[in-house]
Amino acid sequence: MTSPIETETAAAVPSVDLDDKTAATTKAPEKAPTGRSPRELMWARFKRDRTGVISACVVIFFFVISALAPVIASLYGKDPYTLYGQSQDPDAPALLDDFGLPLGYFGGVSGDHWFGVEPQFGRDLFTMLLYGMRTSLYMALGVTVLVTLTGVLIGLVGGYLGGRADYMIGRVTDFFLSFPSQLFFIAFMPVVTAMFVDPREETPTYFRALAILIVLWVLGWMGMSRLVRSTTLSLREREFVEAAKVAGASPWRIVRKEILPNVATPILVQFTYMLPSTILTIAFLSFAGVGFVEPTPDWGRLFAVGAKVAEQDPAFMFFPGVAMVVFFLCFNLLGDSVRDAFDPKTGR
Amino acid sequence: MLQFIIRRLLGAALTLFLIGAVTFFLFVAGPSDYASLACGKDCSPTRIGEIREALGLNLPIASQFWQFMSGIVMGRDYPTGHCDAPCLGVSFYSGDLVWDTIMDRFPLTLSLTIGGLAIFLVVGLGTGLLAAWKRGTAVDKIASGASMVLSSFQIYFLGPIVLTIFVYSTGWMENPKYVPFTEDPVGWLVGLSLPMIVMATIFTAQYTRMARSSMIEQLQEEHVRTARAKGLSQRYVFFRYAWRGSLIPIVTIIGIDISALLGGGVVTELTFSLQGIGQLAVMGATQKDLPLTMGVMLFGAFFILLVNILTDIVYAYIDPRVRLS
Repeated sequence: MTSPIETETAAAVPSVDLDDKTAATTKAPEKAPTGRSPRELMWARFKRDRTGVISACVVIFFFVISALAPVIASLYGKDPYTLYGQSQDPDAPALLDDFGLPLGYFGGVSGDHWFGVEPQFGRDLFTMLLYGMRTSLYMALGVTVLVTLTGVLIGLVGGYLGGRADYMIGRVTDFFLSFPSQLFFIAFMPVVTAMFVDPREETPTYFRALAILIVLWVLGWMGMSRLVRSTTLSLREREFVEAAKVAGASPWRIVRKEILPNVATPILVQFTYMLPSTILTIAFLSFAGVGFVEPTPDWGRLFAVGAKVAEQDPAFMFFPGVAMVVFFLCFNLLGDSVRDAFDPKTGR
Repeated sequence: MLQFIIRRLLGAALTLFLIGAVTFFLFVAGPSDYASLACGKDCSPTRIGEIREALGLNLPIASQFWQFMSGIVMGRDYPTGHCDAPCLGVSFYSGDLVWDTIMDRFPLTLSLTIGGLAIFLVVGLGTGLLAAWKRGTAVDKIASGASMVLSSFQIYFLGPIVLTIFVYSTGWMENPKYVPFTEDPVGWLVGLSLPMIVMATIFTAQYTRMARSSMIEQLQEEHVRTARAKGLSQRYVFFRYAWRGSLIPIVTIIGIDISALLGGGVVTELTFSLQGIGQLAVMGATQKDLPLTMGVMLFGAFFILLVNILTDIVYAYIDPRVRLS
């Protein structure tokens, strides 16, 4: 590996050259020593980390293909809801055998159905996975953004005000942290859903999504809030904040202009760790049978189906599972790279 | 130390009470009518009336809450008989005592959690320490790489793979089942080995990475350098100086992870169709069984708080600074 110093001198040589030429042609070359902001430094370090950049590309790829799910599905000519295996059309090829298991190799992989078909119903796995990823990823993105905003707000208030307000917020945070979260997610999904929908009626999908959002939001903000609080607490005593105070800046201005820019990086790092775990929690809910239900395509629900048919048709789990492993591997690597770029001292 | 434990216990009791209150009021006093929630679709008004009567929903909410909370401490009388001291009520769906149901299911979850914990602590910390000891060598790269890949797996993906390999296609092992430890320790271990290993694998990977980075950080500390400089053997420095310091963040994280560990137990149960607490929680939620859900919630919270207090005590034991303050 080339050391950063070497790269810098190597890059500096031609620029000196260039400066000489420009100095000859123009009168006053602007050669102010430009300082780089911490964010620029972080970005530069991140760009040098090849693993991080590749992982970021993979993660972005996943987000893009799931956002384009309807487009891809229409080009591909299938959708995740049609029961291809139960088609009454005599010309359609038989996809399932008498036991409802896919015909052909590896869960019925064919030119028509790239990832095979679902046992029993015969839906197309490729589109189910695409749409399922769309549900999980964007749902999780929404939840994480909401949780981050809440956590930042509460953390800033606690950290900046300090004293009694901070103490009260701290106790409330501790209380929320002692909930057995996974059990709670399971138990509260039906209750929260019932707050919006009469139990005698069918629950629409967007209400389910809303219920998931609320449950994860209420029990998710504590980590971010703690982080922001502790960072704010240490920033509050720093000289530049005191200087702003002496200069007569309003608290709102101090928080916005002095503190927030300095907490932004830890928030970003925490965000890249929170997003994958939120995706997993949503998948977990659907896997346990209290999140999204039939026929909404969802990543976690594919595993619930897969676990049920694992004995007869183990190939069904393959594509969703591999996609998940690749996605999370890249996301974890990305998280580490972001952290390293932010804090190069961590020994890794 | 004693004062510290007492303070923590009081705090835990208060937290439990609050969790119970929150759960109760969300269920009972929430905007939805609990009786019609339990009754489901196509429910006749007379049936709803019966359910309200059976659940005691016609009483004022405050007295319902009082009955429930006092039942936990003092026991409660039901038309069917007396329910002893830690009384969590009667399951609306099956009519069994919730406490008995939980006690029936809990050993399985506890076995999974403890078994998994034992495996991942030994293997995970061991691999992590090995990787830190051999930092930069092939051993380190393999250990770090494997733990990175394995930690991206999920229990509900790895579980069916393992089942397919060892149970369905080769028949090397039987389907996982629970045999009480007291009856047959070998059967207990064999029956639960697959779920335990699957669950431990996921956590092992995380702890390997954590142990490694924590150890490497410790090895760069000044007191470790001093120990080296005064000529102590490499091994002594590694195990006596750095190891102890690197334990502190790990114990902290175990304490935080206990909830996740219990959650991991829940996923493992569901993946391997074992009858544990998690299965009970799902059942309570899908059958809209208030007493059952309340019981599971409170029990889970109790368990987590208990382990948290234990972690704090261990923490104080490892780090003298905590004891002094």
